[in-house]
Amino acid sequence: MASMNMIQALNSAMDIMLGKDPSVVLMGEDVGYFGGVFRATEGLQRKYGEHRVIDTPIAEGGIVATAIGMSINGLRPVAEIQFADYIYPGFDQIVSELARIRYRSAGDFFAPVTIRTPCGGGIRGGQTHSQSPEGIFTHVSGIKVVMPSNPFDAKGLLITCIEDDDPVVFFEPKRLYNGPFDGDPNKPAVPWSAHAKGQVDDGYYKVPLGKADIVRAGAAVTIITYGTMVHVAAAAAAAMNVDAEIIDLRSLVPLDVDTICTSVRKTGRCVVAHEATRFSGFGAEILSIIQEECFWNLEAPIVRVTGWDTPYPHAFEWEYFPGQARVRAALKTVLEPA
Amino acid sequence: MSNKSRLHLPRVPARPGETPDFSYVQLSPAGAVPRPEVNARARDMMPLSVELVRVLDDNGGAVGPWHPHLDAADLQVGLRHMLLTRIFDDRMQRMQRGGKISFYIRSLGEEAVSVAQGMALRPSDMLFPGYRNQGLQIVRGMSLVDLMSQLLSNTKDMCKGRQLPVMYHSRANNLFSISGNLATQFPQAVGWAMAAAIKGEDNLAATWIGEGSSAEADFHHALLFASVYQAPVILNVVNNQWAISTFQGYAGGEQRSFAARGPGYGMAGIRVDGNDFLAVYAVTQWAAERARTGGGPTLIELVTYRGAAHSTSDDPARYRAKDDAEHWPLGDPILRLKAHLIKTGEWSEARHQALTAELEALVASSWKEAVAFGTMTEGPRLDADLMFEDVFKEMPQHLQRQQALMRQERG
Repeated sequence: MASMNMIQALNSAMDIMLGKDPSVVLMGEDVGYFGGVFRATEGLQRKYGEHRVIDTPIAEGGIVATAIGMSINGLRPVAEIQFADYIYPGFDQIVSELARIRYRSAGDFFAPVTIRTPCGGGIRGGQTHSQSPEGIFTHVSGIKVVMPSNPFDAKGLLITCIEDDDPVVFFEPKRLYNGPFDGDPNKPAVPWSAHAKGQVDDGYYKVPLGKADIVRAGAAVTIITYGTMVHVAAAAAAAMNVDAEIIDLRSLVPLDVDTICTSVRKTGRCVVAHEATRFSGFGAEILSIIQEECFWNLEAPIVRVTGWDTPYPHAFEWEYFPGQARVRAALKTVLEPA
Repeated sequence: MSNKSRLHLPRVPARPGETPDFSYVQLSPAGAVPRPEVNARARDMMPLSVELVRVLDDNGGAVGPWHPHLDAADLQVGLRHMLLTRIFDDRMQRMQRGGKISFYIRSLGEEAVSVAQGMALRPSDMLFPGYRNQGLQIVRGMSLVDLMSQLLSNTKDMCKGRQLPVMYHSRANNLFSISGNLATQFPQAVGWAMAAAIKGEDNLAATWIGEGSSAEADFHHALLFASVYQAPVILNVVNNQWAISTFQGYAGGEQRSFAARGPGYGMAGIRVDGNDFLAVYAVTQWAAERARTGGGPTLIELVTYRGAAHSTSDDPARYRAKDDAEHWPLGDPILRLKAHLIKTGEWSEARHQALTAELEALVASSWKEAVAFGTMTEGPRLDADLMFEDVFKEMPQHLQRQQALMRQERG
């Protein structure tokens, strides 16, 4: 075991997979010599060569499309899109191509591409470095969608994704790269070394897709969340002294419906929290599933905690971000006796 | 697998610790490249896209057919704009380092691109700048206080706090809103120019991207539509050699100049010394006249060097030779114009020092004025309610509800 932040854990996952499987290649803008703008691929080109850790032109559509082509020819590309906000030039290749190659060729071709991309706000990145577009990709059949909330899961999930024969968009909440973040920007930053999930196995291990993590067991209310909001929700529940069961989904597609429903049947109350915008967000899907599966177990309407339905505003980052106050208000609402 | 690989990888001339090497930059002597008529056919001027248009020689002289013969007063204005751009950049960089603004992008070494091009166009021409074109904002008369207020996201911010620093706009000055996404403005400028043609107006559009961004599909959309409709647009690729750590070879500059994409699409392509104020002015004036007289679009590659980091979030010492900039063969645009003006008796060291002091004082006093409208940490702040405005023209019900919730949340 070693103490790692999320960047180091992701780097370790890619290092191990490059070493283990000669078909794995990394590609993206600034990922090679420079080691990535967030340093996720630091040292890997030096170790594995320019032909396996490949700098690319600034063309997300080209990156995704050539990754597809490489995967069809037997490679297992891990493509970095520098910010999730910049993924859209690659959107057509992801939605119309990557997602459907297995389906349209009746399984004769498949495209094991992993697209890594930093997402989320809280770094004063304004509207072009802060978005959480995961919900858009969950709406596309044929793409797996993953978002870890800590270094241990990040490494194990990324290894699983690289080995997966289906395409994955792997979202990395960049505010969590260096430490867990509870939503309070005025508190001193806490490093991952002080967190249990910052202790990461040096070697190869996998965290399965479609298996949520019960971060905290509780009886009063279920909080279903993922990414940065796992830490915000936990802090808000702790501050209110609420016996919350906190579920970190880790993978949105495939989704661990059983863990969600088992918990909601037990608590009868539920808050769904994500940083992404609200309207047609992934939270709406969770609410529908719970309504379909657990309606008679509910003691109160489910409440969503989300970013507002505006672009991410530079100057109002903390008014926009769904911080602890928004989670506490939601908990208060769902915990009110009927 | 890697030892058998036959994949070509573009050569990067000098990494940290290596000797700077600009032998890959194809140069032409000042005055050597012919100037075609503005209505010449694109196919008849292919060499313009690989040679390098230069007017200023190494001794401060101005030579050859591209010499624009500007009045000394205009050149002095150009020098002033470039110097102001640099002093403004330096000061804003320091303010970012001091925590007053969240992010900044300098245009060090590229001042002639924006200033000379901006001056060669009419105020009624529409500009679609990138994020390293602050000289255009200066030429178009934006007040420093307004620019600074945008950087500060304060109560005078034209973007109402919604944009990252440097993403300015001014409808009144025909400066389109800068996007943080790359190359998106390139085909939009073509559309603007198509509209001008549809409406029968003689205004043109001009737009700028870096050579790195020319890898994006939007660049190719722009060239295709501009060529198909012969739109009155000037498409500028600022080849400053580096896109964060991506060397221009990775944008396709190793095999062919960026200007040569123009003839590939059937339009004029001109490669110009981007640090030569006179050459940049002349080439832009040529392209503008061509566009206004029905000759269609021009692709201009401005060969320059990114003297600073990509942004305040970047550290180029990690990926390029430390003294790279000092070896750049096309020099410094401000020093070159200054030398020319001194040689022609229209400028002096004393006047230059006085101007520098004047502009430093102007930037300092503007900053004082701007921070009175608030900073990220002190003074008045924009009302957070503004976050919900302008998503749509009329605020829909769901946003009204969210606005009320936010007010509640903030107490």
